[in-house]
Amino acid sequence: MGKLSRIALLYIGAVVAAAIVVVAVGPFDGLDWSEVGVLGLLLVACESSATYLNGRGLAWSANSIVSLAAVVLCGPVGAALVGSCTLLGIRRGPSPAQRLFNTGMYTLSAYLAGRAFLLFGGHVGAPGPSSFPGIIGSFAAAAVVHVVVNFTLVRAAFRLTNAADDSHGRLGLDFKLWLTDLGYGAFGLLIAALWSVLGPFTPVLVLIPVFVARWAVAQFAEQQRSYEATVSALCQAVETKDFYTRGHSERVSRGSVMIATEIGMRLERVAAIRYAGMLHDVGKLGVPTSVLQKRSSLTDDEYAAIQLHPMRGIDIVREIGFLDEALAGIMHHHERIDGRGYPMGLAGDEIPEFARVLSVADAFDAMTSDRSYRGARPVPEAVAELRKWSGKQFDPAFVHAFVTAIERDGWDAPDAPDAPDVPDTPGAPGRATTESV
Amino acid sequence: MAGARRLPPRGTVRTARTARTARSALDSGQSLLAALAGLLLIWSVAQTAVNGVNDVHAALAFGALIALGELLRLNLPGDREAAPIATAGAMAYAVLLRIGNVPATHGADQVVAVTAIGMIVGALPHLAVGRPTRVAAMSARLLAVACVAVAFRPLATASLIGGRWWSQLPVMLALVVFALLVEAVISALIRTEELRTRFAVALGDELRIQLPIGAATGASALLIAFAAEVMGLAAVAVFAAPLLVTQVALRRYAGIRATYLQTVRALARVTEIGGYVETGHSDRVSRLAVAIGRELGMPEAALLELEYAALMHDIGQLSLRDPVPGGATVLVTRGEQRRIAEYGAEVIGQARVLDSVADIVRRQSDPCRPADRTQPPPLSSRIIRAANAYDDLVGSSDDPSRATEAVERLRLDTGSEYDPRVVEALSMLVVP
Repeated sequence: MGKLSRIALLYIGAVVAAAIVVVAVGPFDGLDWSEVGVLGLLLVACESSATYLNGRGLAWSANSIVSLAAVVLCGPVGAALVGSCTLLGIRRGPSPAQRLFNTGMYTLSAYLAGRAFLLFGGHVGAPGPSSFPGIIGSFAAAAVVHVVVNFTLVRAAFRLTNAADDSHGRLGLDFKLWLTDLGYGAFGLLIAALWSVLGPFTPVLVLIPVFVARWAVAQFAEQQRSYEATVSALCQAVETKDFYTRGHSERVSRGSVMIATEIGMRLERVAAIRYAGMLHDVGKLGVPTSVLQKRSSLTDDEYAAIQLHPMRGIDIVREIGFLDEALAGIMHHHERIDGRGYPMGLAGDEIPEFARVLSVADAFDAMTSDRSYRGARPVPEAVAELRKWSGKQFDPAFVHAFVTAIERDGWDAPDAPDAPDVPDTPGAPGRATTESV
Repeated sequence: MAGARRLPPRGTVRTARTARTARSALDSGQSLLAALAGLLLIWSVAQTAVNGVNDVHAALAFGALIALGELLRLNLPGDREAAPIATAGAMAYAVLLRIGNVPATHGADQVVAVTAIGMIVGALPHLAVGRPTRVAAMSARLLAVACVAVAFRPLATASLIGGRWWSQLPVMLALVVFALLVEAVISALIRTEELRTRFAVALGDELRIQLPIGAATGASALLIAFAAEVMGLAAVAVFAAPLLVTQVALRRYAGIRATYLQTVRALARVTEIGGYVETGHSDRVSRLAVAIGRELGMPEAALLELEYAALMHDIGQLSLRDPVPGGATVLVTRGEQRRIAEYGAEVIGQARVLDSVADIVRRQSDPCRPADRTQPPPLSSRIIRAANAYDDLVGSSDDPSRATEAVERLRLDTGSEYDPRVVEALSMLVVP
């Protein structure tokens, strides 16, 4: 959290003070201290094994499962006591202030969830066969209150400590997190329900599958990241054939994703277009280097060889289990809306959507980066050029989306290359003929 | 049987001898397993038919869960099959003590019959769409469940294990762990036969991969069994939910891993399309390298890295101005080879997630006993070096005399250039 403002400190102080009041006031009669102890220990274990959610400063732990089990088994005050065990968690990440805040937050959300449970007619204690299905309604109320209090307190803390990180799309993400948290919360009821038959061993058994599920999800995410990194590294290797196109694939990929997000494509399609952007020029390798580097005008045969590169690209990536859309995008990214492009000479809506997106981003990056025979053009000039050819070479809708996105988020044009640092890189390539615009 | 497609690589690597030994072993071991499972099925169904079904509702509920689990079975990395939900359901049925307040009195025969029938019903849709069915894997799962049932049902029906969890749980836990181990051992045996891996290595791989899934499966089985006491048969559905989440994630994980390999394979071919190496070179070298690695007893994780490294071993050639004639790196100078390797490693290292692969590629051109100093290159680098040299000499040719000649030529350089163990393994694979 770094240095805290006075308001942030006040806020954390208030949360912690409220938690202390709740825990200190009680009442403690009828509380089974051994149950509170076991659940508290378990909460410490969960807190210690919390995992960070990708890059957002938020962490996920199984705390809410244990807190909600405590709500049913021990009531509001017991649950608050269990929640306060967060303080004892062994975790390297959080600063003392964060730790105090987390403790206060879990204590308060457990207490309020307990109140909600009672309010909606729940009975404290291990539920027996007769408690079902009545208990489900009161438990659901408790789970919702727990999630809402939890998220409100955390969101406010984020607002107060680092205000700068609000970007759009966050609400949707939050909603998804809410739902998952509610889903996990349901296991709290299962722990409570099994308490009468399995005793303190219940949470261990219930949490094993939950943790394995988390593990599997994390494995998937890690594999995905490593996949993306590898694809991008290999694409850069391909680009070493021509020093001046370094980073081109990466930037076309980024531009295509900007357009795709702007027009509201589904997430899977955005992911596919990201790969399509990275791989769109892979087929250039099939074009003889002598042709790619030729400065004088091309013979018909040579021009035909260049026009083949999208098809060569398809030959390479066909075996990858991609969406067909990405393949179609790679194949047709040199088509023009007016039908004068290659390789097929498709026009208008005949051109696959991915290809129309790629062609805008491709042309834009070609204009805004250095070539051996001319310097990079400034972004506004390139935007004007896109607009000028909109409807002839480009799909107007995507040009519009791209320009809107650039005006809002900006565009990182590549730095001018200083000198080829790769051994044997072909010097002074002049690819005037493969330029898109 | 789907075994044939999991045999070691096509082409020059799999000679007649390899194929023959592998296939005959495959037949004997796996048919024995299938026969055993078939006998179990017949015995259990006949026995149940004679005795009558105890508590039809429970049998139907668990049977449905098992069928669903079998329908949703998934492929794990390394061409493995698992059906966590079906296994958890079947084991829960095997260790079930009461449903509500009524003691569960079904016998081991009924457990096996319900499991077998559930599995068959769940496998039917797979058959209908023409997906290969692995009888061996299904048999292994059935045997594991049968172990638990045969050991536990007599105890349960004679109420020998007490009424509280501290006397019941240890017995159940031990049995479930034992059964999962049995399944792992059988799978490892199958893999040993099919892939010519060593048993110890195969078992290690199996345990590493199955441990998390096995833990979740076992815990879910016990939960379902105990929860049935409180919630009745609703427990069956509720406690399968976390397994479902796990399964969805694992399926996506396996999917991305397959795409990963396909992508590396496809992008490795850019060197071929660019005219830097002969067509099919990376693919052949990687198949041969993996076969050698397996022969030398490398575990699966190392084999995967070896495969990546072998596929990309020539990526450094992209830095060359002019392609090496025919792409045969064995023919260029040591300095040039090292530069290609170095550049390739740099490219791969940029991904920052494949550092050990980059290291393997970097050291592929080092002789197996460096004249000067330093550590010998890692085994994977030595394997790639030999496989690459072999492929440069033989290419896509099928001629056995060329293979023999090439191996002879490599043998001349063992000791200084090539690792003798690697060359011997190579020779076993390619010389008829």
